[in-house]
Amino acid sequence: MPCVQYTVPMDVAPYRLSGRVYGALLNHRSALAALGNSVNEAPYKAPPKAPVLYIKPRNTLAGNEAAVTVPRQVPELEIGATLGIVIGRTACRVSERTALEFVAGYLIVNDVSVPHARYYRPSIRQKARDGFCPLGPRVVARALVPNPDALQICVYINGQLQQSATTADLQRPVAALLADVTEFMTLAPGDVLTVGVAHPAPRVRAGQRVAIEIDPLGRLETLFVGEPS
Amino acid sequence: MKQARVAFTGAIHAAQPHVLEDGREGVGLADGRVAAAEDVVWLPPFEVGTVIALGLNYADHAKELAFNSQEEPLVFLKGPGTLIGHRGVTRRPAGVKFMHYECELAVVIGRTARNVHREAALQHVAGYCIANDYAVRDYLENWYRPNLRVKNRDGGTAIGPWLVDAADIPDPGKLELRTFVNGRQVQQGNTRNMITDVPALIEYLSSFMTLTAGDVILTGTPEGVINVDAGDEVICEIEGLGRLQNTLVADTAFGR
Repeated sequence: MPCVQYTVPMDVAPYRLSGRVYGALLNHRSALAALGNSVNEAPYKAPPKAPVLYIKPRNTLAGNEAAVTVPRQVPELEIGATLGIVIGRTACRVSERTALEFVAGYLIVNDVSVPHARYYRPSIRQKARDGFCPLGPRVVARALVPNPDALQICVYINGQLQQSATTADLQRPVAALLADVTEFMTLAPGDVLTVGVAHPAPRVRAGQRVAIEIDPLGRLETLFVGEPS
Repeated sequence: MKQARVAFTGAIHAAQPHVLEDGREGVGLADGRVAAAEDVVWLPPFEVGTVIALGLNYADHAKELAFNSQEEPLVFLKGPGTLIGHRGVTRRPAGVKFMHYECELAVVIGRTARNVHREAALQHVAGYCIANDYAVRDYLENWYRPNLRVKNRDGGTAIGPWLVDAADIPDPGKLELRTFVNGRQVQQGNTRNMITDVPALIEYLSSFMTLTAGDVILTGTPEGVINVDAGDEVICEIEGLGRLQNTLVADTAFGR
């Protein structure tokens, strides 16, 4: 099978993306709440303490209007509509008070997953497939986003509103997340850190079109297609 | 052929092994200069793309951690900030009870791989290195194990010293691995004991993600991991690939 080429907006103003995308697991209050008391039971035994991160590797990156393949083995994919923080300056051990000064801007991220109920040691097949991280359509400068903790995220599937969430409900708001992540891991210019996905995440099938809107970041569209046999 | 990347007198150079006139180990640069190993700064020996790592890929180590069944390889990903070169230092946070090294064969992809069968898999390998993939177990949480605070710490993965051409390692499935802490051997294994071997790993990974040149697979570690402390010198050795040296330092070296 030929390798699918995805166009990634790596050259967008004001900063070039590095191609590294880190996601924060369960950072939306609704996502943690949905697990209820199971966070205290095996295999988890306690709710997350430090930020729990995962990586969307470079093969997952795709641009606006990308076509993403739904694997044959699964009927549906999960749409993780979220805000991406684009780092502007090397961020190591930043304080919550100054964290936003390290941000170049923001963009919309569609963190696609194969649905999985367990978060203990999920297979990377569920998040790291080719094309599973559309992002864009552009980076919007920090100055144009006065409060990243009050953004409305709307997800449309074939034009119908399927999810409406807000970044006001984050376990760790943007500055706190940056402070806690950079305590153990330096973020470099162009790196993207996503802030978490609201529960329940909408699902899509092959043939459907997804649009994620975050005002004032614009609209990110993704077409889901079946796997060629 | 073995190739390193080193910083020397204000620039980054490709370097090859060179024995100095006094018998010490050194490097030879393409421009004809030679330098002792301790007079250059060793960088990861290639431009690193996606860093893919394996958990519990040796039967003995899995047993050591009381882990039995495995439906598919246990893979996690790491960022580039965790990598450092040969002769580097790694921070050992104060107050931590269990931080350990992991000597691993690193497989560097040289050619795009998508849906590759295991029989053709090694054709996509550029070469091999040694990796020492430290873990700080105190920070382990049961969410997306192993969480990045354990495994993706700044400077927590040494890699090098050389990228050794795949042509020089005809069979990556029978290499001895050893780790020495302050000169004492603490870990020993052989890549023949991998649960999922190198060709099968490339087949598995390339079945859902396109691997491209510069992506690297850290293939897991055998049994024999023990705690190390600030001041300890850790050397990981793999047959045919050389010796990778790292020193642990305390928080004070990082102004904490």
